[in-house]
Amino acid sequence: MQSLPFQPEQASTIAKSVDQLYFFLTAVTLFFTALIFSIIFYFMIRYRRRSPDERPKAIEGSFPLEVLWTVIPTLIVAVIFVWGSTLYFRNSEPPRGSMEIFVTGKQWMWKVEHPEGQREINEMHVPLGRPVKLTMTSEDVIHDFFVPAFRVKKDVLPGRYTSLWFQATKVGTFHLFCAQYCGAFHAGMIGSIVVQEPDEYERWLAGGTTGESMEQAGEKVFQQTGCPSCHMADGTGLGPSLLGVYGHPVKLTSGETVTADDAYLRECILQPALRRVFGYKPLMTSFQGQLTEEQLNNVIAYIRALGNTPPPPPKQEVKP
Amino acid sequence: MSTATLEPQPRVHTQRNYLNADYGWKSWLFTVDHKRIALLYMISVTFFFIIGGSFAVLMRIHLTEPQGALVQPETYNKLFTLHGVVMIFFFLIPSIPAVLGNFLVPLMVGARDLAFPKLNLLSWYIYITGGLFTLYSAIAGGVDTGWTFYTPYSSTYSNTQVTAVAIGVFITGFSSILTGLNFIVTIHKMRAPGLTWFRMPLFLWAMYATSIIMVLGTPVLAITLFLLALEHLFHVGIFSPALGGDPLLFQHLFWFYSHPAVYIMILPAMGVVSEIIPCFARKRIFGYKVICFSSVAIAVLGFLVWGHHMFVTGQSIYAGLIFSLLSFLVAIPSAIKVFNWTATLYKGSISYEAPMLYALGFIGLFTMGGLTGLFLASLATDVHLNGTYFIVAHFHYIMVGGAVMGYLGGIHFWWPKITGRMYPNAWAALAAAIVFVGFNLTFFPQFILGYLGMPRRYAFYPAEFQVLNVMSSAGATVLGVGYLIPLIYLMWSMRYGPLAEPNPWGATGLEWTTSSPPPTENFAEIPVVTQEAYAYAPEEAAGD
Amino acid sequence: MTDSEAHAQDAGLVHQFENLEQQQEADFLGIWVFLVTEIMFFGGLFASYAIYRWLYFAAFEAGSHILNAEIGAANTMVLLGSSLTMALSVRSAQTGNRRALVFFLIATMILGAIFLGVKAYEYDQKFVEHVVPSLDWAPEGEVLARLAPGGLGHAQLYFFFYFAMTGVHALHMIIGEGLLLWLVLRARKDAFTTHYFAPVEVVGLYWHFVDIVWIFLFPLLYLIGGRY
Repeated sequence: MQSLPFQPEQASTIAKSVDQLYFFLTAVTLFFTALIFSIIFYFMIRYRRRSPDERPKAIEGSFPLEVLWTVIPTLIVAVIFVWGSTLYFRNSEPPRGSMEIFVTGKQWMWKVEHPEGQREINEMHVPLGRPVKLTMTSEDVIHDFFVPAFRVKKDVLPGRYTSLWFQATKVGTFHLFCAQYCGAFHAGMIGSIVVQEPDEYERWLAGGTTGESMEQAGEKVFQQTGCPSCHMADGTGLGPSLLGVYGHPVKLTSGETVTADDAYLRECILQPALRRVFGYKPLMTSFQGQLTEEQLNNVIAYIRALGNTPPPPPKQEVKP
Repeated sequence: MSTATLEPQPRVHTQRNYLNADYGWKSWLFTVDHKRIALLYMISVTFFFIIGGSFAVLMRIHLTEPQGALVQPETYNKLFTLHGVVMIFFFLIPSIPAVLGNFLVPLMVGARDLAFPKLNLLSWYIYITGGLFTLYSAIAGGVDTGWTFYTPYSSTYSNTQVTAVAIGVFITGFSSILTGLNFIVTIHKMRAPGLTWFRMPLFLWAMYATSIIMVLGTPVLAITLFLLALEHLFHVGIFSPALGGDPLLFQHLFWFYSHPAVYIMILPAMGVVSEIIPCFARKRIFGYKVICFSSVAIAVLGFLVWGHHMFVTGQSIYAGLIFSLLSFLVAIPSAIKVFNWTATLYKGSISYEAPMLYALGFIGLFTMGGLTGLFLASLATDVHLNGTYFIVAHFHYIMVGGAVMGYLGGIHFWWPKITGRMYPNAWAALAAAIVFVGFNLTFFPQFILGYLGMPRRYAFYPAEFQVLNVMSSAGATVLGVGYLIPLIYLMWSMRYGPLAEPNPWGATGLEWTTSSPPPTENFAEIPVVTQEAYAYAPEEAAGD
Repeated sequence: MTDSEAHAQDAGLVHQFENLEQQQEADFLGIWVFLVTEIMFFGGLFASYAIYRWLYFAAFEAGSHILNAEIGAANTMVLLGSSLTMALSVRSAQTGNRRALVFFLIATMILGAIFLGVKAYEYDQKFVEHVVPSLDWAPEGEVLARLAPGGLGHAQLYFFFYFAMTGVHALHMIIGEGLLLWLVLRARKDAFTTHYFAPVEVVGLYWHFVDIVWIFLFPLLYLIGGRY
């Protein structure tokens, strides 16, 4: 549907359905506003005081009316609630096979990193027609990644990852805004999402200045920081091997089992004492302050790639 | 009603009343008379309204140009922060309770004063102290965190007067708490003989529900600001992830108070409307008990919805679901009230003095503002609209279109009682119309701006948003004129307005049985109540 | 401004109330409402504490073991004793026993002062051990060895809550001491009768509340994870 002048472009797969709900809500608003306004106007004229001695009879109330105007609004909001929640749930999980892009927000710019190593500032090139999942974090304060044309928005927090996904349906350049006040140049923390035809995107990707993918950069960080000295690949080191770990369940000393996802791995690197792997001594020191967000993202990308390699055979249990 | 006489109207009230009972600044600054304290508050909240309004004027001038027309971005950020802090904590929250509530609650329950008159005076001094801290923070460099003080920006990164303003708001919170405490005890323990709960005017029910929220919610804000100030000063890490803290904890604590706070701001205005409509339709309110229960329901449900401010923070989608559902539910009692007010007009005898115009304006604008809340309670649309001008428009429709109009309506309704003077109705009606038009011109374009994607708190913006911004600023000019006019004629009336009779509107309620203005002790003898509230019908009215 | 000339037994009645009974009911409802606000105030602190304790239990447990639970327990008994003397002072006021009233009020003040003195000593100890967040945070030796496994940053959070919660509590106690002194001065001037003693009971309620807050604080701060 053509954009109306007071409507942002619909450039993603969910934009139309969000707009449909928005228009329904607008219709409800207009209807009830018109209803109340017109009834009041009518009463104002019909029942205006005609003589100073008028004494209208009292009307206490009407139970049927109260029920009517309680039940009907409740039904209407129930419809809106179900509609809005369903849409929200459906949009909350990225489809399988989404390509991933990493975003770091910082005062007052957006740093974008593609897995292939391409880096951008305040701009994000994406291909048309493919679902894109963003994994985002902040280096300082809370920001918010907002693309009106895609109808997506998510806060970007320091110290943790948040994510959103979209699939672009139109080629073009679309506004990217920071939508959570973050200090002096909050208004300047804007950029563009550049949606390209798939082949054009591939060409753009190949033309990148760094030949290094995130995975490759991450391997470098892994080696240079000394991780292999404990996290030996064959599992005989002081720390667990990281082969075949990403995305799989991990048993903790507390007895709990968690999935080794981005957030867990990040926590292991920054706050290793919190959720230790069962069967290992508490020897790992924290790397808080030693790695930038970018390096963290890259290391985690490397460990993610290791997840595809089968793990070494389990070693004998070490007395904790 | 007054009959035409050939004698010249007396220029001043000759009988003793609370205004002429004593003179001199000491009799005012050390008063324990709830009516004088109400006037002290009235002057103070007007002062803060002018300050907060001036910031708004500067902001709207600045936003006429995409690159910003007036100030540097850092200054703009301080303007919107202080506009919010001053308007919310120093105008909206005290306005109706501390001005009209303080004046009317003892009169309406048929008592000589509130339960704790000295606490009442203390509450005003606390308010002023908090206000001074906040003014200091504005002068000593300002605050640029937004009135929401989100961490870690406010706790770790901002180098503005965060601690000073946190202290200022912390102190002022106690003013709120003491006012609420006073009202609760007064309404429970000091009702005149015969004044049962369900004979009370709805304004008292509104004050009671508001006081419950004040008493339960404000202390949580106090502890939140306390933790924020400590964090800002000592960098311990409660809210800072680098030290193991959680920035979202701040948001949960903050909104736990600040959402119920919006009901502190709107319930009193609803109470005012519930008094004005029956009087000027000359008819008992439709659905009295339903409105009572709706007020209490809003107060209770209002504590359960704070998470709807955090739908896009990455919180669990199931938490989002629960908060969304509850947010829809809290809308229902408000809708019920709107229908009951409208039904009160049916077969009434309606006259259009200024208070009624404000009350009708309230119903229209509150309806619009409330309905736009549905967009925000709905998860899928809130994702798009959160953090944009849609939110700004929504809350201004409720706070300005609703609460401020309610306050102005109440001031115009009870002005003769408070001051013993009448104001010129023609000017008042004109001002009400200008406010209504100016308000819509200012804030309606902002709904569209928000949907188009313009985020809030932007000191400069893409050029495509300029037309709507200019429209909004033009509206703000009209709105400003609309607010200036009452300031002038109300002040004029205190000296030159015709003297008011005890009951110029022919209203029911114990306050109208006293002289205008009332004597210091309110009632020579404590009245005995034998009628239901809003006894306007011929078979009920004891006669005029 | 009083009606005490007309009604001798209405001594203490203020002008806005019809009779002492109404005034007393209003006073009691007022203090209960105020205590509810205090519950909400401390509640915010307790909630934040609970969240961080759940997240960083090891650090909180380690921090708790640095505290001296025996001193804390002794102090708890002192405070409980002061609640006893407070209750006895209310009883004395009710029975019109002026000497006993003044005696028990002063006893409450002394016990409260002992509590605060012990607290001051404990705070000083924290400086000696260098576990004061931000102001003097440099744990060493055995203290450091105890705190390190759970994470020093999180241990600092624990000690922050220790100071914030006991500090706010201590502030309330100091205000309570002021209120008690006010009561002593009024009692000595024969302000209270068998009909008019509400202020004593109101302050009593406040004092008991502050005591109850400590009853919660003590196990939450001093006894995490049990001893030994």
